[in-house]
Amino acid sequence: MIDLKVNIAGVELENPIIAASGTFGFGREYSELFDLSELGAISVKGLTKAPRAGNPPTRITETPGGILNSVGLQNPGVDAFIRDEIPFLRQYRCKIIANMAGSTFEDYCEMAEKLSDADVDMLEMNISCPNVKAGGAAFGTNPDTVYEITKAVRPYAKHPLIVKLSPNVSDITETAKAAEAAGADALSLINTLTGMAIDVKTRRPILANVVGGLSGPCVKPVALRMVYQVYKTVSIPIIGMGGIKNGEDAVEFLLAGASAVSVGTANFTDPYACIKIRDGLAKYMSEQGAYTINDLTGGLLV
Amino acid sequence: MQYEVYACPVCHQKEIAPGIMACRVEQESLAKAAKPGQFLHIQCGDATSMPLRRPISICNVEGPYLDFMYEIKGRGTEALCHRTNSLDILGPLGNGFIIDEAAYPHAAVIGGGIGVYPLYYLSRKLTKPSVYIGFRNRQLVTLEAEFADVAENLVVCTDDGSYGIHGYALDSLKEDVKTKQIDIIYACGPKPMLRAVQAFAEASGIPCQLSLEERMGCGIGACLTCSCETHEEGSGKYKRVCRNGPVFWSQEVVL
Repeated sequence: MIDLKVNIAGVELENPIIAASGTFGFGREYSELFDLSELGAISVKGLTKAPRAGNPPTRITETPGGILNSVGLQNPGVDAFIRDEIPFLRQYRCKIIANMAGSTFEDYCEMAEKLSDADVDMLEMNISCPNVKAGGAAFGTNPDTVYEITKAVRPYAKHPLIVKLSPNVSDITETAKAAEAAGADALSLINTLTGMAIDVKTRRPILANVVGGLSGPCVKPVALRMVYQVYKTVSIPIIGMGGIKNGEDAVEFLLAGASAVSVGTANFTDPYACIKIRDGLAKYMSEQGAYTINDLTGGLLV
Repeated sequence: MQYEVYACPVCHQKEIAPGIMACRVEQESLAKAAKPGQFLHIQCGDATSMPLRRPISICNVEGPYLDFMYEIKGRGTEALCHRTNSLDILGPLGNGFIIDEAAYPHAAVIGGGIGVYPLYYLSRKLTKPSVYIGFRNRQLVTLEAEFADVAENLVVCTDDGSYGIHGYALDSLKEDVKTKQIDIIYACGPKPMLRAVQAFAEASGIPCQLSLEERMGCGIGACLTCSCETHEEGSGKYKRVCRNGPVFWSQEVVL
């Protein structure tokens, strides 16, 4: 019998498929197509302390094998999430991961504190968004800042704390080690790669924000390499993501060291992607005689 | 909302004007659910190299058949125009036009360029609307006979004067409004045209519905990428074209 259950930092997921933050809203739209209980977890749209309007359009464009987006964290704010969205999501068996995106250390601490009293299962710190406090760079690109912010948020987070790592760094093992040392319970990687696209007819950037985050099949080799490197460096569980579109892609991430995987861009291609990836993974496992996810995680033969 | 992913056999697809394709697919459930102004989210080619579907509005529905028309514009539509077997379509999506002939007995329908296509199914569902359609030139004039069948009066304009009235469709509508009762305006077309229609509707006090277009991700309202600015403040400032639209009341949106 195949057992798809997986335990991430003490939280048991029915299966290792997680809907990636920012591609799945708060699950309402996809719930019109399938039962959200079929998912291991949902990482909700990135939350900020106050409601945010987001960036002006154009916010998305396709590039070869991928997409660029610059939504700019449009969301109703953490209080509205707690009030309006958690009761909806709790109708389903999937775990709830609250994704937090702040501009300051205090933002993250305050959100972590509020969400610790709320009925969610895990907290995910999105530290890859532009900010002001660290001199205009992203929190997530400097190992010292990753350490400091994780350390600062840790005492406020009563639920297991996931730190989502940016790939826009020279050595991702450094930020991974920093997050682990500061008390992160798990890591998720990769966030999007910063990119851009230009319309040669108008000589303007296609995205109104000029740059955006690249995701989709084109980033998968980079994401896999980073999961592999981080797996060799840390001992906390890894949620792997980046261009996963079928069961075999998910298997690749598990073999490279992930304990669970997130699916983002593929939801746009096929709204049933998460379900199909889960089924594809189960099929692979039964064909290969792997009975649990643990039989795959880090099972890469080098 | 009643939408689903369907495998839709292609009945035929042909180039009806330079760079303009007309495609008919067969899918009874989709056809039954589709309303004027809604759109189809179409997987145009290889999903690994092209992860995004392309939103294309519904031009007409007849029995189990759906017609849509599009301009070959980029990688997606270039791939789509060669498809002959079956299309993977998510739909019908979005809020269509509000049709309320008790409240708005005399409708004007105005479209420009490829924005004309979604207005055909709408015009069929209305009782004898006044229709104003504009194209760049004679070669691009499409659906003229079809509109003529359902319209009380049809005005065809071209930007270069090579066919019909030389000028913008809106100028003809503005002329007619002086002598004719118009209770609602339905519009679809390029943004400068929609801005002008919006301004005219505001000035004349005629209720107006605009169908908008934007680059899209999921198509169902989850990803917040196909945004349209509204007069609201805070997190509601940008509405989702795919979910809250693509048809909006003209006073709602900032174009």
